[in-house]
Amino acid sequence: MAQALMTETPVRADAGRFGGTPSIELRDVSKFFGQVPAVSGISLEVRQGEFLTLLGPSGCGKTTTLRMIGGFELPSAGEIVIEGEAMGDRPPYRRPVNTVFQNYALFPHMTVGQNVSYGLEMTGVPKPERQRRVAEALDMVRLPHVENRKPAELSGGQQQRVALARALVNRPAVLLLDEPLGALDLKLRKTMQLELKQLNREVGATFVYVTHDQEEALTMSDRIAVMNEGRILQLGTPGDIYERPRTRFVADFIGQTNFLEVEVIGSDGAAVEVDLPGSGPLRARPPEGVPAQGTMTLAVRPEKISLMADLPGSEIPGWDRLSGRLEEIIYVGTYTQYVLRLPGGQELAVHRQNRAVGEGEHPMGETLTVVFNPQSAALLAD
Amino acid sequence: MASIAAPTSEQTIAAARSERRPGGLWLLLPGPLGWMVFFYLVPLVILLVHAFWSVDYLTIQRTFTLENFRTLLTNDLYLRVLGRTAAMAAVVTLADLCLAFPLAYFLAKRVTKHRELLLLLVIFPLWSSYLIRVFAWKTILGTNGILNSFLLTVGVIDQPATAFLYSKTAMFLTFSQVWLPFMILPLFTVLDRLPNSFIEAASDLGANPWRTFRSVILPLSLPGILAGSLSVFSLTLGDYITPTLLGGPGDQMIGRLVADNFGMSNNWPLGATLVVPILVLVSLFIAVANRFGALGRTAA
Ligand SMILES: Nc1ncnc2c1ncn2[C@@H]1O[C@H](COP(=O)(O)OP(=O)(O)OP(=O)(O)O)[C@@H](O)[C@H]1O
Ligand SMILES: [Mg+2]
Repeated sequence: MAQALMTETPVRADAGRFGGTPSIELRDVSKFFGQVPAVSGISLEVRQGEFLTLLGPSGCGKTTTLRMIGGFELPSAGEIVIEGEAMGDRPPYRRPVNTVFQNYALFPHMTVGQNVSYGLEMTGVPKPERQRRVAEALDMVRLPHVENRKPAELSGGQQQRVALARALVNRPAVLLLDEPLGALDLKLRKTMQLELKQLNREVGATFVYVTHDQEEALTMSDRIAVMNEGRILQLGTPGDIYERPRTRFVADFIGQTNFLEVEVIGSDGAAVEVDLPGSGPLRARPPEGVPAQGTMTLAVRPEKISLMADLPGSEIPGWDRLSGRLEEIIYVGTYTQYVLRLPGGQELAVHRQNRAVGEGEHPMGETLTVVFNPQSAALLAD
Repeated sequence: MASIAAPTSEQTIAAARSERRPGGLWLLLPGPLGWMVFFYLVPLVILLVHAFWSVDYLTIQRTFTLENFRTLLTNDLYLRVLGRTAAMAAVVTLADLCLAFPLAYFLAKRVTKHRELLLLLVIFPLWSSYLIRVFAWKTILGTNGILNSFLLTVGVIDQPATAFLYSKTAMFLTFSQVWLPFMILPLFTVLDRLPNSFIEAASDLGANPWRTFRSVILPLSLPGILAGSLSVFSLTLGDYITPTLLGGPGDQMIGRLVADNFGMSNNWPLGATLVVPILVLVSLFIAVANRFGALGRTAA
């Protein structure tokens, strides 16, 4: 099964939802601000109705990419096609796209109702229909009875919903969202994440979502494009990105990962045998797109590693096994992080689920043996 | 964003803030307050009191009379001059608004480099004497002035025209030019504070540039428009130097009449009475501006 999922564009259970012409196509799009490259040759196809997230560190070009789709910036090179039409230098008001701005950008001199109906008014929708659709849209974001209030009289979360309603009421083919939950507290963020995802399914519009919060990206997206320095490093489903990162940057940016420098010894097709200095041979999943040879990085996530002592029964055949001295214990709530010092001097973080209170605690300095499935250990070229 | 939030909430915040101010700050008040009372409020009251007195052979009769107001309201001359002055002030205000808006918009929204320098250039003329700027117009519009020399050279006219100087047009040009910075500055302030995302949001929602201007930019810059208009309007309304130096015989303005009554004709009561309509007009303007939150937010 793991092999089947490794194809370039993974087959998903709900693949039927997407199809036909792509909703958005970026063809080798670049953007320079003066001499500064903000986006350097991005090519991307977003499918109809898809929830696609642009994820990356600050300054990697997410906002710039989104603004080029919205028409607020024009590409320095390349082409953007929306719903089969090349956008060229079309201004925002002539694109089938609506945006939810990071700071909401609700018009302060208009009521909530006027804000939401603004787009309909601009496209000449008659008044009775406008009123009906505004009420519908506010209902959809679960915010009735605020039509006559000014945006300043609403909480941040409510303003957020108004901004969503104002965009969705126009039934855009594409909805662009630039860190729309950035200003909300954690709890509200989580609620809104679910609601956004739900709205995406309900209205069927394509959502392009920008965030630098990896957890948010993982929970909400159909696919994630991980960006760095103006390029897309990897594009795939959340599972893909998390379980099969192609580069050290992706593995490091999303979740926590142990990186161990290893030497490739040999390969038997299903797994690659490598040598970890000081600890001896290990087996790992074959790398994707690059040959397994020379010095490589073995990437394994802390939660994929178990303490031998915790596993019922004895050794699991074919699993990798390491021993190290327990040097650090960090209690994190749902799990405890153990940091082991391996014989070769490397550090290895292990996450151990906190089940029963006080069960199976280990003192500092104890030598622990840990195991993990070789399929959870990725070999990276960099 | 908070800076252009609904006035109601902002006033609430301002009120809350002032309540929490440490009491010691009140000690700073007597100085400026005393200054305002003795050098501004007291003279104003004295002036207004004069309006209810009369003058008899150069001596002021300190008995209450409404005679001055009767003169003002029945004498054709005063009403005509008053009307002309108000019309001039209105036209100059409108012209400056039309000139200043694009400039302020450009400075606030398009210019990224050398903004401070360009803004300084806008303020720069204010640092030279007002009189010098008025005289400059005289040399431009005069019989041997720059405009005439130019038109003669180009061949549009073969005789130096005298019509440029000493006319309503000359006054209009001068007023519009000398007061322009007072319009640009408050407009720049509101436009600078207007988040670009509002303009982008309007465009995103399907508004073309004109509709964006009308429905978002214009209403949100209203405080600046009113503040700037208030300055230009009242400066023009009370001015007497430009009419004196550049106006023709039939272009008398109210400020000039006030000056004459306090000066040459030595009729302080009538002079004071003529100030009243100016005060009323400006107060009305202030009331309207205040209603739309133009004061306090754009202290330019
Ligand atoms: N208007 C601009 N003028 C000059 N440089 C810009 C402009 N907008 C963005 N940049 C530069 O382009 C690069 C990408 O910026 P962008 O805003 O797209 O990043 P981002 O991924 O959205 O970052 P963040 O997570 O901080 O919002 C940055 O180096 C930024 O400094
Ligand atoms: Mg950004």
